Amino acid sequence: MSTKKYRFSPIIYGLTQISFYLLVIFIVILHLAPFLWQVICSLKNVDEIYSLPLKYIPSKISLSAYRDLISNPLFLRYLLNSILISLSTTFFCLLLASLSGYALSRLSLRFKTFFQFLLLIACLFPQIIFLVPLYELMANLKLINKPLALVLPYVTFSLPLAVWVMTGFFQTIPKEIEEQAIIDGFSRLKILTKIILPLSRPALATCAILIFIGPFAWNEFLFSLSFMIKDTSRTVPVGIALLSGASMYEMPWNKICAACVLTTLPLIIFVIIFQKRIIEGLTRGALK
Amino acid sequence: MPKSFDEQKFGLLLILPSFILLGLVALYPILRNLILSFTENDQFIGIKNFILLFQDERFKSSLFNTLLFCLISVPLQLFLGLVFALILQQRFFTRGFVRTSVFLPWALPTAVMAVAWKWIFNDTYGVFNDILLRLQIIKEPLAWLGKPDLAFFCIILAEVWKCTPFVTVILLAGLQSIPPELYEAISVDGANTLQRFRLITLPLLRPFLLVALVFRTIQALGVFDSIWVLTGGGPGGSTEPISLYVYDTVFRYLKFSYGSTMVIFSFILSLIFVFIFYKFWGDRQIEY
Repeated sequence: MSTKKYRFSPIIYGLTQISFYLLVIFIVILHLAPFLWQVICSLKNVDEIYSLPLKYIPSKISLSAYRDLISNPLFLRYLLNSILISLSTTFFCLLLASLSGYALSRLSLRFKTFFQFLLLIACLFPQIIFLVPLYELMANLKLINKPLALVLPYVTFSLPLAVWVMTGFFQTIPKEIEEQAIIDGFSRLKILTKIILPLSRPALATCAILIFIGPFAWNEFLFSLSFMIKDTSRTVPVGIALLSGASMYEMPWNKICAACVLTTLPLIIFVIIFQKRIIEGLTRGALK
Repeated sequence: MPKSFDEQKFGLLLILPSFILLGLVALYPILRNLILSFTENDQFIGIKNFILLFQDERFKSSLFNTLLFCLISVPLQLFLGLVFALILQQRFFTRGFVRTSVFLPWALPTAVMAVAWKWIFNDTYGVFNDILLRLQIIKEPLAWLGKPDLAFFCIILAEVWKCTPFVTVILLAGLQSIPPELYEAISVDGANTLQRFRLITLPLLRPFLLVALVFRTIQALGVFDSIWVLTGGGPGGSTEPISLYVYDTVFRYLKFSYGSTMVIFSFILSLIFVFIFYKFWGDRQIEY
């Protein structure tokens, strides 16, 4: 063992421990504060949210903002659109990623470099680079205001990370399993559907969560703002941004805060439940 | 060899859907931008658009804003990401919880959290003013989003809060890839904490820092969501980045080819950045 522990007196050791924990607490507060403030404000009623001095704890917890919001058909529509679009994105992206991840990790593949080059393009550049031609494309395909106009780009731009995670996982499955299956007369397709995919359930779950909470699917803004022009086809992020946009009094801020909380809460629950898996999935991806 | 030929066909079949999607949604738009930037209503007009671009004062100011934004926010993200990763690498009580909260901003929608920040920075009812007043850092409430410099500060703060987790996760993966034996060996040689950091951590972390730097810089060049929500480019265009100008050009003035010209410009700019980073900092290729 190192001699380091004994170099300092217990008091100094204790002080460094305390300051370390203070630093950690500070960092946690810094990261959670904007969200917590939304929660607090969403629990205030209209009078209290526009009253000074600011109250850090609502004098009376009021759920009126949430009640109003849930009975607002437009907000529900936004939510429904977002759920539909991000779930289909997750499903199709998972499907494509496991197929191509398997091909990349196991099969001798032509055009492999070119395929990886395409994946790199899709994950490296910001959305604005693709916006104009994609808008043109969606307009030509008559997809403006249709969910597919978002699902197509979302699946594409979520693919790199998903393929990353799936390829990484497939590489950890011992090759012997497949060799044995080939001897037993399994075709490649059967190996994939009957052996590999059932074995990959945990990785598929991690991957699905990563797609869902990633920058596309639930969270995307620019494409949604541009391709969904009709009020009833908008997704939640755009809906909320527009609600808070025009004038301050258009919608009271406690309701806007409640909308923010409702939109982010599912993600937060996901992250808390699957924290270990998410970070492992991401780090495994980054390690490659 | 019929078997390997079959395997190749099967592999190609597996990646084909992803291939088509990536080609259509990621590669085609980049090429299409290039065509659009040299045309006007499908007529070839040479480099006229680019000449217009360099005479355009609004473009120059948005380019300046974008570069300034990158120059301030990316180094901050890298520095804070490194600090957080080093802290999260330590073993301590509640580490899992701290990791979750530090990671959380990455999973939340940028636009929705920008709405949250907008409320925090509100000049009358904002908690940011309230805290600073209580700490007596400022004497009277400031209009954070109403003055160019302050608005710029707010944008940077919101962006750093949102994007540092990405850097933290990548660097954490990097730290975990460093074999602990190296630290033991150098401790035997009597190196102190700072020397260990300088001689082992930093050099071995370099490829990871480079990946984070490249990704964050390119993404920052296309920053859109947070600025659109927080300031809309204002006050008076003082915080408008290129992407917002592109959006306006395309969807308000309907000048598609001029928008594409700006996009091609930022595309080339980001390639130049990547080139510089590799030339001066990297000795390793991006590995997808």
